[in-house]
Amino acid sequence: MTATTTAAPATTGTGRIGENAVRPDGTLKVTGEFAYASDLWHDDMVWGVTLRSPHPHARIRGIDVAEALAVPGVTAVLTADDVPGENAFGLEHADQPVLAADVVRYEGEPVALVAADHPETARRAARRIRVDYEVLPALTDPLRALDGDAPQVHPGGNLVRHLRLRRGEPRPEAPVVVSLDVEVGMQDQAFLGPESGLAVPDGEGGVDLYVATQWLHVDQRQVCLALGLPPERVRLTLAGVGGAFGGREDLSVHVHACLLALRTGRPVKMSYGREESFYGHVHRHPAWMTYEFGAERDGTLVHGRARTVLDGGAYASSTAAVVGNAGTLGLGPYRFGSVEVDVYGVFTHNPPCGAMRGFGCVQTAFAVEALMDRLAEAVGLDPVEIRRRNGLREGDRNITGQVVDSAAPVAELVERVAAMPLPPPADPGDPRARPGAVGNTTRGEGVRRGVGYAVTYKNVGFSEGFDDYSTARVRLQVTAGEPVAAVHTAAAEVGQGLVTVQQQIARTELGVDRVVVVPADTSVGSAGSTSASRQTYVTGGAVRAACEAVRAAVLRRAAVALDVAVDGLRLDGGKVLAADGAVLAALADVLGDDAVEETVEWRHRPTHAIDPETGQGDAHVQFAFSAHRAVVDVDVELGLVKVVALDTAQDVGRALNPDAVVGQIHGGSAQGLGLALMEEVVVTDGHVRNPSFTDYLLPTVLDMPPMRVEVLEYADPHAPYGVRGVGEPPTISSGPAVAAAVRAACGRPLTRLPIRPEHITGT
Amino acid sequence: MDFLQPATWSEALALRAERPDALPLAGGTDVMVDLTFDRRRPAALLDLTRVPDLQEWALEGDRVRLGAGVPYARVLTELAGRLPGLAIAARTVGSPQIRTRGTVGGNLGSASPAGDAHPPLLAAGAEVELASAARGTRRLPVADFFTGPKRSALAADELIAAVLVPVAAGPQQFCKVGTRNAMVIAVTSVAVALHPDRRAVGTGIGSAAPTPRRAPKAEQLVAEELDWAGRTALDDGLAAEFGHRVAAAAAPIDDVRGSAAYRRHALAVMARRALTWAWDDLRRAA
Ligand SMILES: Cc1cc2nc3c(=O)[nH]c(=O)nc-3n(C[C@H](O)[C@H](O)[C@H](O)COP(=O)(O)OP(=O)(O)OC[C@H]3O[C@@H](n4cnc5c(N)ncnc54)[C@H](O)[C@@H]3O)c2cc1C
Repeated sequence: MTATTTAAPATTGTGRIGENAVRPDGTLKVTGEFAYASDLWHDDMVWGVTLRSPHPHARIRGIDVAEALAVPGVTAVLTADDVPGENAFGLEHADQPVLAADVVRYEGEPVALVAADHPETARRAARRIRVDYEVLPALTDPLRALDGDAPQVHPGGNLVRHLRLRRGEPRPEAPVVVSLDVEVGMQDQAFLGPESGLAVPDGEGGVDLYVATQWLHVDQRQVCLALGLPPERVRLTLAGVGGAFGGREDLSVHVHACLLALRTGRPVKMSYGREESFYGHVHRHPAWMTYEFGAERDGTLVHGRARTVLDGGAYASSTAAVVGNAGTLGLGPYRFGSVEVDVYGVFTHNPPCGAMRGFGCVQTAFAVEALMDRLAEAVGLDPVEIRRRNGLREGDRNITGQVVDSAAPVAELVERVAAMPLPPPADPGDPRARPGAVGNTTRGEGVRRGVGYAVTYKNVGFSEGFDDYSTARVRLQVTAGEPVAAVHTAAAEVGQGLVTVQQQIARTELGVDRVVVVPADTSVGSAGSTSASRQTYVTGGAVRAACEAVRAAVLRRAAVALDVAVDGLRLDGGKVLAADGAVLAALADVLGDDAVEETVEWRHRPTHAIDPETGQGDAHVQFAFSAHRAVVDVDVELGLVKVVALDTAQDVGRALNPDAVVGQIHGGSAQGLGLALMEEVVVTDGHVRNPSFTDYLLPTVLDMPPMRVEVLEYADPHAPYGVRGVGEPPTISSGPAVAAAVRAACGRPLTRLPIRPEHITGT
Repeated sequence: MDFLQPATWSEALALRAERPDALPLAGGTDVMVDLTFDRRRPAALLDLTRVPDLQEWALEGDRVRLGAGVPYARVLTELAGRLPGLAIAARTVGSPQIRTRGTVGGNLGSASPAGDAHPPLLAAGAEVELASAARGTRRLPVADFFTGPKRSALAADELIAAVLVPVAAGPQQFCKVGTRNAMVIAVTSVAVALHPDRRAVGTGIGSAAPTPRRAPKAEQLVAEELDWAGRTALDDGLAAEFGHRVAAAAAPIDDVRGSAAYRRHALAVMARRALTWAWDDLRRAA
């Protein structure tokens, strides 16, 4: 084990694993030259736009497109009748129409499409489509969704999934019992590059789709279903992705652009603006949680009970899997003897909710961590000690009975953040250091400092028996006298740095300097989703396995050519080396004009479904742990918060690219801070009230403090190179730490997130 | 869309009269957003950035005549001494980019109840100078300029020429709450200006009524109760009552940015603090 801090050496070395290799797309992104999906262009292309429902629930009595079609420049207007295949898509259940046919179930649901030679023309024509709506009563209160008289969002009832988890003695006695209700609002992924894609018809009834996404193959499956075409006629290529965070797991422009392209015979570009983006992707589930912990007088946990309702909105998306996490991981990284958890994911006529970084763990962590602080207070311990005492350790069973079979350093992580130096008092001369900053609202009046702690664990990879794999094709050949490796996967680079990691792995395994990452597309097998903190683990594992296969083939060739035993041969520096390091041959000579190529499908250890009655089972493949300590200054009279410090320790198993790891931790922490203090899609009666960055607030540089980051590397013996997923834990433990710090500063329970100024002032 | 680019003030006024369908354009930080979101599709834009008169400020007696086209960044660097309240407000506007482009004239042109320049202009007792080719120039108190949410006294053939702001005779303050620490529209804001020369206090409230407005009863109270001659310490009770009167003068609503109750509460707190700071500064100066 080693613990490193933020100040990793800034050398790139040879760009192998463990080094701070430079991103191949870094310079382009910083200079503004990187082509994002919104920059896609094709001569002769037309523009597609979407007409969306203004109502959360309505029957469509008729659609008149005549006036829209008559607008000069319009090349097509499509409705549900024009969907050639099945008018349905969905990540887990195909329950969402490509274009609403008879009913709309949320505000913003796509109803019709227009293609025109100019986006403005298309938008104006869309406004001339006459949709005859009969407005229906909408179910917008998720807590009423399961009542007998609630409006039904889909035939079959409003329950998406109920997860029931029981373990240990049913109703144990505990001398200390604490409980709490917590509500978390709807967070948006708020990626900076809105949904965009370009569909190019191939003239033979098929189509090529260039799109920003997180999982090309799951998109392809759904597009094929809707178009009624086989996969070989629907080819997808990843376009430049400007952030994702789960918001690109579901389809957006995909089918729409293809429909218009096949209808018009022209390339069709679709690109959402910011407002449409708020309607064009799922959000993080809002949650209503009732929690109870029982403990011994010394703070040792006895039992945990939780009842959680997640608002899934109008369509299933990944609600069932989010329920899975909110249940199986819903009591945090602690040991419990007795457990009773019920999580309900429900349909409503609110915006659909689905995947977002932290996936079901973010919401529940706010409840768990707030309740741990209450317990600490009830038994007279401090927040660090209560977590240290109850934290999971390697070898423990978690609440689904699964043995945590690699490092589980809860106690150490909390101790580490607690041991970091506390920030000095705010500089009285710098207004930016105060709550409210240059808003000039305090000179110290009403300002109190608070400190808060939180710790979490999160599953890495897909769970509950999902066949989670990735495919990598690696090719080694000589180009211009130099051996070059080409790595081809369908894995989506969404900004996290997977392209760099792929290069690092290939350099390490094949001992070459030059590695080309081939654009991701569906001409190679599925890589699975860029989500669940899984790509470095799973696609990294696939790339390593493919490299090993290539290396074995090359070494066999070398052994034959050199007439030596293959055992002990290795590749480095573009050479074939003997066991003692002696250079036997140049790789270029061994390869000659041939290319050695291998394609490998790679799987992590299987996971298993949980028992439907008890929720018990080995649901997850790996757990990742992190802890945060937040220090805040709160103007308790005005309810304004300045986060002074947000420090963290996280076990990453092994940091393949230390800079990228720290980048993930910074970004994830900011996203958690955002949810704690400001980020919320405000929905009233099924209508989104703030679909813009004017009123959906993201943290700025004056809201996010510089961070102290301690990276621990307790290798997971089951994972390639010992890696552990990195991307999500920071998003989970940062927010609850900030909330705890604000509570400590102002003395209010603050059980509604994000915390608004009026919650702090009590007005 | 036509793009009209007058080079002189008289040309600008003539074009304004000729083309009532042309939308004036200064820094564009409101106009371009409206165009992008298709909230406005004017037949023409009247670009005022080439009109030299609008880009300057000058002293006119004991007032600063601030050209409508002077951006916030220059208010900050050039006028913080003479117009401290406006400068503090300018510092809170948007981001460095927005402060470089955005102008006080444009803020008035938009006449948003949340415009940050408005409360300090109200507190200082500023006047707006409007001009038309047909009727020449008129000046009206800024309080009379705002007629409703995003509505003003500006006539269809008029342009805003300048705003006339008395050089501060005493300390001025501006406070603004938002839900994050930068780049935020005011949830509510307040400006306070002490006028020791005439033993008066000016106020301005933002984002808490259909228009920016003053709090006359609060002004009157402290003008009468403050110890102008002796400059003794401000009584806590008086400061609190000032805050309450400022809050009472507001007519806020519940919206996605904040509740009416919070806005009133925050106004009371900020007004109390602002008056305290201003009075303490005045005492220190003495
Ligand atoms: C990211 C962002 C952040 C912002 N933050 C803030 C903030 O914190 N506080 C705040 O108050 N505002 C903010 N704004 C709004 C905007 O920047 C201000 O209202 C600014 O003062 C507008 O000035 P401008 O020169 O850009 O005006 P423009 O956009 O050019 O014009 C605004 C309006 O005034 C009219 N107009 C301009 N000049 C004249 C004239 N001489 N005569 C007649 N009419 C005229 C225009 O026709 C238009 O109706 C923000 C805007 C953005 C985009």
